[in-house]
Amino acid sequence: MRIFDPHIHMTSRTTDDYEAMAAAGVEAIVEPAFWLGQPRTTVGSFVDYFASLVGWEPFRAAQFGIAHHCTIALNPKEANDTGLAREVLEVLPRYLAKDRVVAVGEVGYDSMTPAEDEAFAAQVALAAEHELPLMVHTPHRDKLQGTRRSLDLLRDQGFPADMTIIDHNNELTVEELVDTGVWMAFSIYPDTKVDEHRMVKILQRFGTERMLVNSAADWGRSDPLKVRKVVDAMQAAGFTDAQVQQVVWDNPVAVYGRSGRLELDQGAADPDALFEGSSIKRGGS
Amino acid sequence: MSAQPDPDTWLDQARTTVAADPATIRARFPAVSRRVGRGPLDPDADPDDPFEVTVDDHARARLVQALGVEGAAAELPGLYQHGDTREKRGALRSLDHLATDDGALPEGLRDVGRALVDDALRTNDTRLVAAALGPAGVALLDDDALAQAVLKCVFVGIDIDRIPGLPGRLTPDLSRMMADFVHERVAAGRTVPAQVWPVIDAHPPAERIAAIQAEAAHPDPVRAEAARAALALRPTP
Repeated sequence: MRIFDPHIHMTSRTTDDYEAMAAAGVEAIVEPAFWLGQPRTTVGSFVDYFASLVGWEPFRAAQFGIAHHCTIALNPKEANDTGLAREVLEVLPRYLAKDRVVAVGEVGYDSMTPAEDEAFAAQVALAAEHELPLMVHTPHRDKLQGTRRSLDLLRDQGFPADMTIIDHNNELTVEELVDTGVWMAFSIYPDTKVDEHRMVKILQRFGTERMLVNSAADWGRSDPLKVRKVVDAMQAAGFTDAQVQQVVWDNPVAVYGRSGRLELDQGAADPDALFEGSSIKRGGS
Repeated sequence: MSAQPDPDTWLDQARTTVAADPATIRARFPAVSRRVGRGPLDPDADPDDPFEVTVDDHARARLVQALGVEGAAAELPGLYQHGDTREKRGALRSLDHLATDDGALPEGLRDVGRALVDDALRTNDTRLVAAALGPAGVALLDDDALAQAVLKCVFVGIDIDRIPGLPGRLTPDLSRMMADFVHERVAAGRTVPAQVWPVIDAHPPAERIAAIQAEAAHPDPVRAEAARAALALRPTP
C-alpha cells in the first residue's frame, strides 16, 4: 500500500522518523508552512523557513526515498502581528513560484480576528493568481464556527471548492462540508482530536470520496505513523484495498496534483548526495 | 491548472510582462526550470561541467535582460537572495547578457553585480563559483579578488583553464600564491592539476619553485613522490 501523508511538519522530526515512515510505506508527503511554537520576530525568519521547505527538507526526505512537497503561507496565528504580516505577504509570491510548492497553506483562522480575515483573504487571492490549491487550517477553539466562516470567505471570493482542502476536521465539521465539494482532511493524533478508530467511523458514515487523513506530526506530541495506523484500522474494519488506497494515496495525489508540481517518481535515494555541499551524515560535512 | 505553453512562448510572454512591470519577475524567475527544462543549452556539452550554460540559466538570463539596466539593478539582489542554486546561477549568468562584448557591465549594474559575484565566490558550490567567473564576473574583479577566486577554483576542483581571459590577468602575486599552493599540496603528499604551471610560470617565483624542487629529495617518500609528480606536470620551457 503506497501511503501519502498530506500534512506533516518534518522540519521538527528526526531521521529516525523518516526511516520509520519509509518502512511503514510512506512514499510522499506534503509539509505545510505553519507556526513554530513561538512567534517569529522578523520576515527573515520566515524567508529562511520557506527556503528550508523547498531546499534542505526535500533533500533529507529524498535520502529515505520519500517525495517531499510543501505548502507556503503566512499562518493565521502570526497574521495577528500585522506589521510583520505585511512583510511576509509581500515575499510570498517568490516562494509560491518554487518547484514542489503544491498549495497555499496553512491559511485560515486561529482567533477569528480582523487581521486574520485580511491575511486569509489576501492569500485566497494569491492561490487563485498562482493557480494553486488552498489548504485551510480550522481553529482549535470554536472550530465549527471557524469552519463556517472559512467557507463564507471562500464563497465570497469565488474560490473553487475542488481546489480547497479544509483540514483538522472532526465529526461535527464534516457534516458542514460533505455537500460543499471541498476536500476534507483529518489530523490523527495520539491523545487529542481524532484517533484512527473515530476516523474509521467517520469514513463508514461519510464514505471515502474527497477524504484525506494525515498525521500532522510536528514538534508537539504526535505520531508520524498515524496514516499507516488508519490503513490498518480501515483494513480491520473491512474496507477494500481500493477504498483504503483512495484515502491514503489517490485523494491527496488528485488534489495536490492540481498544482502540476507533484514529483512522485523520483527514484531511489542516493546515499552520497549533497545539498549545497552538506549531507545528513554526521562527522562529515 | 491551465495548459502549459511551450517554453519559447512562455519565455517571450514573461519577457514582455517583466519589461512592463519589473516586480512581476519575482514569481516568474523561480518557475523558469519547470517551464523550460534543466539540461545543457548545447546538447553535446557535458551536463556535469559547471561552466556549461543550461537552458534554464539561459532563459533566466534573458528574463533579467528584458528588465533593462535600471530594472535589473533593482531586482537582481532579491532574485539572488531568495533563489535556490539554479536561480542564483541564472542571476549570475544574466550579468554576461547585460555586459558589453569585453565583459564590462554598465555603470549602474557594477555594484550589484560585484555583490552577487562576491557572494557566489564565498561558497564552495562549484556551480555557483563557475557561474560567477563568466566574462562579466572576471571583468568586475580586481586583481586581488581574481587571485583569490582562482585559488578557490583549484581548491574545489574547478578547471581554471575555463576562466575567460585569465591568461591576460596573471599577476606576480597570483603566480606566487599558486606556487605556495603547490608546495602545500606536495608537503601533504597530495596531487595538483597541470593547469597550475602556466599560472606559476607567468611570473616564476624562483625561491618558491626551488622549495618545491627541494621537496623531491624529502626523506618522507610520500612527499618526495608528490613533488616529483607535481614537477612532472610542468611544461619544459
